Amino acid sequence: MAKKVALMQGNEACAQGALYAGCSFFAGYPITPSTEVAEVMSIELPKIGGKFIQMEDEIAAIAALIGASLTGAKVLDSTSGPGMSLKQELIGYACIAEVPCVIVNVQRGGPSTGMPTGPGQSDMQQAMWGTHGDHAAIVLTPASCQEIYEETVRAFNLAEKYRMPVQIQIDEICAHMRERVQFAEPGEMEVINREAPSVAVEDYKPYDASKGLIPPLAAFGSGYRYHVTGLNKAEDGFPTTKAELVDAEERRQIDKVMLNLADILKNEEYLLEDAEIVLFAYGSTSRSARYAVNELRKEGVKAGMFRPLTMWPFPDARVAELAVQAKAIICPEMNLGQMVREVERVAKGNCEVAHIGRVDGEPINPGQIIDKVKEVL
Amino acid sequence: MAYDYEKSIRPGKLPHIWCPGCGHGIVMKGLIRAMDTCELDRDNTAIVSGIGCASRLPGYLDCCTLHTAHGRAAAFATGVKMAKPDMNVIVCGGDGDGTAIGGNHFIHACRRNIDLTYVIMNNLIYGMTGGQFSPCTPTGAMASTTPYGNPDPVFDISKLAIGAGATFVARTTAFHATQIDKLIAEGIKHKGMAIIEVLDDCPTTYGRRNKFRSVTDMMKRLKDMAVPVAAASKMTAEQLEGKVLTGVLYKEERPEYTAQYANVIKKAQGA
Repeated sequence: MAKKVALMQGNEACAQGALYAGCSFFAGYPITPSTEVAEVMSIELPKIGGKFIQMEDEIAAIAALIGASLTGAKVLDSTSGPGMSLKQELIGYACIAEVPCVIVNVQRGGPSTGMPTGPGQSDMQQAMWGTHGDHAAIVLTPASCQEIYEETVRAFNLAEKYRMPVQIQIDEICAHMRERVQFAEPGEMEVINREAPSVAVEDYKPYDASKGLIPPLAAFGSGYRYHVTGLNKAEDGFPTTKAELVDAEERRQIDKVMLNLADILKNEEYLLEDAEIVLFAYGSTSRSARYAVNELRKEGVKAGMFRPLTMWPFPDARVAELAVQAKAIICPEMNLGQMVREVERVAKGNCEVAHIGRVDGEPINPGQIIDKVKEVL
Repeated sequence: MAYDYEKSIRPGKLPHIWCPGCGHGIVMKGLIRAMDTCELDRDNTAIVSGIGCASRLPGYLDCCTLHTAHGRAAAFATGVKMAKPDMNVIVCGGDGDGTAIGGNHFIHACRRNIDLTYVIMNNLIYGMTGGQFSPCTPTGAMASTTPYGNPDPVFDISKLAIGAGATFVARTTAFHATQIDKLIAEGIKHKGMAIIEVLDDCPTTYGRRNKFRSVTDMMKRLKDMAVPVAAASKMTAEQLEGKVLTGVLYKEERPEYTAQYANVIKKAQGA
């Protein structure tokens, strides 16, 4: 039987990916250019007995999301720049309380209301550092409608597996362009569900580090009665200010990401084997970068592209290798220098690092990239 | 009548953090009695709170308990109830948490008429942060951030809840301890948003600054200001000056939110 295919927007593909992953709860607040994610979920979720709720603001949406997730549901929220800023406090809550949830941020221009219908890649640092306190973040950056579909499934898998919020950063171009999307058959893509506890009810501790870096999470109403708080807590979930317990918990929450990089990191390498010029590009910008690489190769320039699909944790090790191999790494992005900072940090001066920034609501085109490469050469 | 509170309290979690003379403990005992009256299954009961003294209450009770961020309890609770409508969801917290930072979530939970029981402990002050004025601090009263007397007008929580669409609204005081459980129990049984406002006392950060010389003085204030709804109907406006109505202030039957959404599901599934 032929596979099911459809022509759809990135935002619609995101909603379809969430449904494939088993999402049964959506909470959100309307904000351009992310609204189609919510609209599709409002249609599709009740068909499968799931729940859609439009909350009174962005903060309420992620609050409801965390509440719903604690009952065992797989949950999705979608938003854009200013909405993402509003959610930051509770993203931190989901980090410390270790509650799985997926948040899609369709990036637009900023700061503030900025350019609500224009594309941007201006929330890349916010995605990592937005909340207060030390924490780990998992942030995915797909670049096509098909990839948005598949990466949304991966986002749910990572959220459930690592018991934490996972963000998908899409830019407005990928969110609103229409492409052919091929749906996966049931069972074709891996779908991970959070681990439930198997211990006796009286022995359950929601943050029991003896169960590993990611202790099992019981659903409210499943017979396990436990406490969840945003305070620093001991393994039983109750607040503590004991230095050694606070320190151990904070470090475990970061370790569960940083000690599993092989599982979490994902990227595409395009013509990098002999590349002297490396384009570090993500999202819609990577599509211009790919075109530029092809054009440059025709002219005999050894150009290649490194495209992270997991942006946070940052792919330090591979970018460091590329910095030794290449003459220059060029980072085109629709902001005035967000991920290029990370490239510079990791390159440690081993190669030249250049930036192409654009914040006028227009995409970065291949010609701009080619010009910059020639300037660097 | 002797009552076994211990079975509802988490072992090892007492003593609580509240100051001597604080009314929150009285409210917690009332909540325990109400949960018992309603025979709530503690496995299937979520107690959700925000931040502040009153919001520490869930930690002491042996249920599924969720101590969230400042002001967001009603929104977290909405998520819990929406995702699992058969769960009993109780929200508790203070006046600042619920009506200042949480004001938006408070009114919209009322508007939806979602089946939450919200016990809001109104002690007129931010206790945990040291006595700053809240939207419920009386005009003219002293607080750590109103050194010349509070210039702000006051929210009437119960009126706010009624105006926003809550379908069960009741008020009592920490002095009227035996009424607390009866009103909470009625709120739990009510299908829809139930607000139980408990006028409470904070001797440490409110009383001290406002010339209440003792906890007894504060309790006497609560006793003197309360007028049962039935009694009030026979009193003149002059007699009611400075008084607060207590008892069930408002009750109506209106479709509950998760039940409404169940109809959405039926419709989407073509039934």
